[in-house]
Parts: sequence; C-alpha cells; structure tokens
Amino acid sequence: MSETPEKIPAKLLLRQLQERIEQDVWDAKKRGEKIGWCASNFPQEITTAMDIKVAFPENMGAAVGAKGGGQRMCEHAEDMGYSNDLCSYSRINFAYADLKTCEELEIPMPDFLLCCNNICNCMIKWYENLALELDIPLLLIDIPHLDEKECDADRVAYIRAQFDDCIRQLEEITGKKMDYDRLRSVMEVSQRSSKAWLRAIDCMKYTPSPFSGFDVFNNMAVACIGRGTAEAAEAFEALADEYEALAREGKSSFKGEEKYRVLFEGIACFAHLRETYKALQQRGINLTATIYGPAFSFLYSNLDELMAAYALVPNCNSFERDLELRLHDAVKNKVDGAVFHVNRSCKNWSGNLYELERQFRERTGLPTITFDGDQSDPRCFSAAQYDTRVEALAEIMAANKSAKEAGEHA
Amino acid sequence: MPELKELLSRCAAVADDPAAQLKTVVAQGRRAIGVLPYFCPEELAYAAGMLPFGLWGAQTQISQAKRYFPAFYCSLAQTTLEMGLRGELDALSGIMIPISCDTLKGMAVNWKYGVGEKVPVVNVCFGLNRRVGAEAYNLAQLRRILRQLEGLAGRNVAPEEIAAAIAVYNENRAVCLRFAALAGAHPELVTPAARSAVLKAGYFMDRAEHSALVGQINDLLALAPEQPWKGLRLVTTGILADMPELLKILEDNRIAVVADQVAHESVSNRTPTPVTDDPLLGMAQRLDRLEGCSVLFDPGKQRGRELVRLAQDAHADGVLWVMAKFCDPEEYDFVPVRRMLDKAGIPVLSVEVDQQMVNFEQARSAVETFADILR
Repeated sequence: MSETPEKIPAKLLLRQLQERIEQDVWDAKKRGEKIGWCASNFPQEITTAMDIKVAFPENMGAAVGAKGGGQRMCEHAEDMGYSNDLCSYSRINFAYADLKTCEELEIPMPDFLLCCNNICNCMIKWYENLALELDIPLLLIDIPHLDEKECDADRVAYIRAQFDDCIRQLEEITGKKMDYDRLRSVMEVSQRSSKAWLRAIDCMKYTPSPFSGFDVFNNMAVACIGRGTAEAAEAFEALADEYEALAREGKSSFKGEEKYRVLFEGIACFAHLRETYKALQQRGINLTATIYGPAFSFLYSNLDELMAAYALVPNCNSFERDLELRLHDAVKNKVDGAVFHVNRSCKNWSGNLYELERQFRERTGLPTITFDGDQSDPRCFSAAQYDTRVEALAEIMAANKSAKEAGEHA
Repeated sequence: MPELKELLSRCAAVADDPAAQLKTVVAQGRRAIGVLPYFCPEELAYAAGMLPFGLWGAQTQISQAKRYFPAFYCSLAQTTLEMGLRGELDALSGIMIPISCDTLKGMAVNWKYGVGEKVPVVNVCFGLNRRVGAEAYNLAQLRRILRQLEGLAGRNVAPEEIAAAIAVYNENRAVCLRFAALAGAHPELVTPAARSAVLKAGYFMDRAEHSALVGQINDLLALAPEQPWKGLRLVTTGILADMPELLKILEDNRIAVVADQVAHESVSNRTPTPVTDDPLLGMAQRLDRLEGCSVLFDPGKQRGRELVRLAQDAHADGVLWVMAKFCDPEEYDFVPVRRMLDKAGIPVLSVEVDQQMVNFEQARSAVETFADILR
C-alpha cells in the first residue's frame, strides 16, 4: 500500500519557494543572462512574463537587518559619505554595491535596475546612485502620488506609457522578447496569488487569530518576489486553507493566550524583530491587522486596472484612502488597540504617521501608542521605550476590556 | 537713478520682512497664493491675478509642528508648517504644495489637516519621467491646477493671460540670472548677504516689479569698473543658502559667491518656459527641461556635471555645499556629486544647516579652515 506523502506546511513551502526564486537569480547570472535589481513594488508582471530574473535590495536590507548585519553595513555606507539620515535599506545596499560581499546574505550584482517610486521617492535617488556607480541602465516607472481616492485616466496613461517603454528597454537589454499571451497568463496567476494572500491575511479576523501576526512579515517575501508564479499561488492557497482550518477549530499558532489584538502600523523593526514580537506576545497581544496584506496584493482585470493597482499601493495612496484601509481592517479584525512605528528610515511613511494615529484614535476610540524604531538599522530603537509603551497600551486595553465586560454584565 | 546701495537695501527690506510684504499686498486687495518648493506653476496663479508668495521656511523655532512631523524632517517643511499653524499665513488664499519629495508628501497632508480649513491646499504632483510620457501627464496636471486656482481667484483665466504671465516670469528669470553673474563679477559691491536678498526678494514681490528693481541694479553693476578680487571665489549648491549668519561668515572670510546651483536661487532661473501656442504646453515642456536639482529624476547625475561646469566656467576656487539637514535628495546626491567634483579637482566643503540653528560656530570653523586650505 503506498503511503500518503506528508503534507508540507505552507510556511515551509513559501520558505522553499523563496529560496528557489533567489537561487534562480544566481543560476541565471552564472548562465550569462542579464539580471537586475528591482524595487519591491515594481510591476513584477513584466519580469515574470519575460522570464527575467531580478533580486530585491529592499528584501536584502530587511534580511541583513534581521540577521544582525544592519549596523555594520550602514556604518560602511556612512564611511562612504552617506548620511545616517537616509533609508537603512539603501545604506545597506550602497555598502553591498561597494563591498560586493555581505556575510548575512548576498545577491548577484545587477546588469540593470528597475525602479518604481510608488513605495517612496527615495527609491529614485537610491537607484540613480547605483546606476551611476555600477554604470548600468536605470529603468523607471514613475507613479505620481495620489491625492484623490482613485487613479484617474491621465495617471493610468502615464504609467502605461512607462510600462510599455520598460518592456522595450528590457527587450533590448536582455535579448528576451515579451510574449503578451504569457503576460496575460502571469496576470491571471498574479490575481490568484493576490487573492489567496488576501484570504490568508483575512483570517486574522477570527478570534483567536489562527496565527501570529508577525508571521506576515516572514510570509510576505514571496508575495513580493514571486506572486506571478503558479507555485506562489498554490503556496498561498495552502496557507489560507491551513489558517481557515485552524480558525474552524478555534486553534492558533500564536504562542499563549490571545488576550488582546492590535493593528501594527508600519514596517517591522527587522533588526529587533524578536524584541518587538516578544514584548507583545508575553502580554498576550497578537498582531491582527497590518497593511502588508493589501500592500502586496494587486487586484485588476485588465492592463489599465493593473496600472491603477500599482498606484494604489499603501505608500502611494491618498491619506484618506490609507486611513480607510486601516479603519476597515481594525473593525473587521476586531483590534483592541494600535501600535504605530515611527520608522527613522522612512520619511514617506512617518511624515503623516502622527496625523494617521490621531484620526485613527478619534474614529475608533481605541488606545494607540507610537514608538521610535527603524526597519534595519538597530541603533534607532530603544527596547526600554518600546516595552514601556506596550505595557501602557496593555494596561489600557485591559481596563477597556474590564469595563466592557462589566457593562455587558450590568 | 537711485544708488546701488539704496536699491540693494530695498531688496533687503523685502527679503527680511516677507510678512509685511504679504500684509501690504493683501491690503491692496490682491489675493496671494503660498508656493512651496519646487517648480510650482506660479505663472498660473499670477495669470489669475494673484501674487505667488514663496514659502521656503523661516528662521524660527518649531513647537506646534511637532504634532505633525517627527524631529527628522527638514526645517523648510517644519518651519513653514509652524508658521501656518500659528496663523501667520492666514492671509493666503491657498497654498501650492508640490509632491517633490517624501517630506513634501507628508507636508501636503499635515497642512491640509492642520491649516487647510483656512488656507486650502492645491496639490501639485508632476510626473518625473522625462524620458517617457511626463509631458502629456504634466499638461493634464497643469489644467487641473489651473481649474483649482481659478476657483481660488474667483475667476477664469484666459490663455493670453497665462502667456503674459509666462513672459513676466521668463523676463524675471533672465534678469535674475544676469544679476547673479554680475554680482559674481563684483563681489566688492555685492556682499553674499546682499546677493541673497536680491534673489530672495523676488519670492515676495510681483515678478514684474522685481524685474524692474533688479534691472536697475544690473545696469549699475554693468557700468562698474572691474576690480580684482583678492578673496576666494566659491560656487554654492544646495536647497537654501540664505541664512544671515552663514552669509556673514562668508563675508568675514572674504568669500565671494560667484555662481550658484541653489534651488532657492538660480536653479529655477536657468530654464525658461518655451513660448508655445498653448501656453500650458510650454509650461509642461519646461518641466522636462529642468536640470540641476536633486528632486528631479537625474539618472546620469547631470546635476553633478552642471556643477563642475559652473565651477570651471566661473574659475571658482571651490564649491560650498549648503547641506539642508534631513534633506534626503541632497544627502543622496552628495556622494556621487562629490566624487565628480573630486575627479575634476574642485575642492568642496559641506556645511550642514538648519533654519532652527542659532549657533553657527561649527560652520564658521569649517569655512575658515576651508578658506585657509584654499589660500
């Protein structure tokens, strides 16, 4: 009798897929193919459809920060003349481009750069410098910031013109031609991945949430780098199925009792992931709302809508749309409070954070805290400050819970 | 004809007290529109009969703005917001805020919610990709911005009025560029502070009036005999270089500013608006042609190449980079542009400044040391 092969947990599937995608870039480089460095929110449909391999410096920055190399690499960039005011992902990357080595993680050196500023305008300056330093082409898709809730036809036309021009340039650089049937197929798969990823994240609405919200920061890597592949779609569907199964049984992989639920606003402090997680987990606080679900889900049904979807990413959105996303998730996912990360590296995200926190608090009536941190430079975080503030938040959430329960029993 | 000193004093009086200028203009019944950097379509506000009023921050301490911005944002944004929150800019009918950098993205929202009920925001979000499609997109944006400005002005604007405004601004750009060149040729007559004040005054005046005033200064400078300059000749670069203390340090060290690549000063003036049948098209085309500023898409770092050329053409002894604290675009540009200057054998000093600075001793030491090395 044949044995049923043991099902690989989705988390492991995603990890294996991430490693395979990253290895594919090295293999392509070794084969003599042209490979690139790519911004995290650049339309991956182009590179996936053309089978062009790219690495992601932002992901590298997060990983290097998480593995303890952030300060060393940032300091090297600062010795090169870069201000410590600049995004730590970019500082780590400048250091890597100079040293060509990094003990925590390495990515192959690029033959071209794919830049998209829907995540921030600093991307443009970062990639300009790389292009000059490495003497390689820089392809830009400029996505103007939205001050209205929807992306108008003029923006779509502008983005589309650049999208098409990028394809032309990549064809010249790599010698690979775009197959538009394949592009359509990649778009369909990307929809499947995006919807599955959203379905997985949506499980945070259950009480208890079937997983620790900090898992989102690990699992989202494939949403960023591989959502155009069938393997990613399958892995995310498996993840969503697992979470839904756990939710049906009232189980969770969150360690301990989930006493309180919070929205976590901002990028993770990758250089202090364990501390930021532990301070919450030890107090029974689970992260059940984060913008990283919609951040890497691009929903569209045709090319024009694809262009608009890339303009509607959280960092490019209008403030009002951004606030609505948070409010919607806070209600749906039944949060008891919110933690706002004032990220020293990210002026794009931190510039409205105080106003976002204020309006979130006013509209929901929920307690909120802010804390100072950084995505991958460990020097900008104070464990004492974070712990104190989380403690205060926990006390307020506890008092609110008691009051609510007293009110219900009255 | 008034003497040079009197004309320079008139500029300084305007530059030193923009609040008084705003009060006068509004009292005369003219609306004023605040204009943040960079490259906002001032001509459209001008064509609508409003005075574009430059907002480049102020030397003041911030307090209320701390509710909106964390500490690590540039003082240009923080102090402008501070003035708005204090009510010092309530006389403005609106404010144009361009989304040129990540800080200004935050500024647009913070102003909207902090001050916007009194002074509404006109968002200016131009496309940056000059290689592809930005012109068409920017033309659409200009039309959108024009409609908003017409709403604030309470009237429609005819294309001829825009064309006339463009002519005023092109004239002013040319006059200011000529002034910068003449001031560089006559540092014995125009101190760094006076030079800065002449250019700065234009942000608070009707540009036609400013052109007339600066034109008189230019005429006098053009007639002045050449005098050998025994001091140092520097080119400045950066966002803002108008801090009185810094300018005094330059004067004390007998340093002449012989040319500049400063966003607040000559950068914008180097690119006139082409004259086209549809004046908005000319304005869109101008956006494609702008160079020399860190907020522009600049894949080959033309900014650096232009700076090297400026320094060489002006026979400068070096470059003074007036580094705006917490300015990401400038901080990114510094490393590659500095390399270009080093390669060209042009010495460079970077001095970090902030509009909340009260102590310039560090800057003074740095400039004195630099000057000693160059001599």
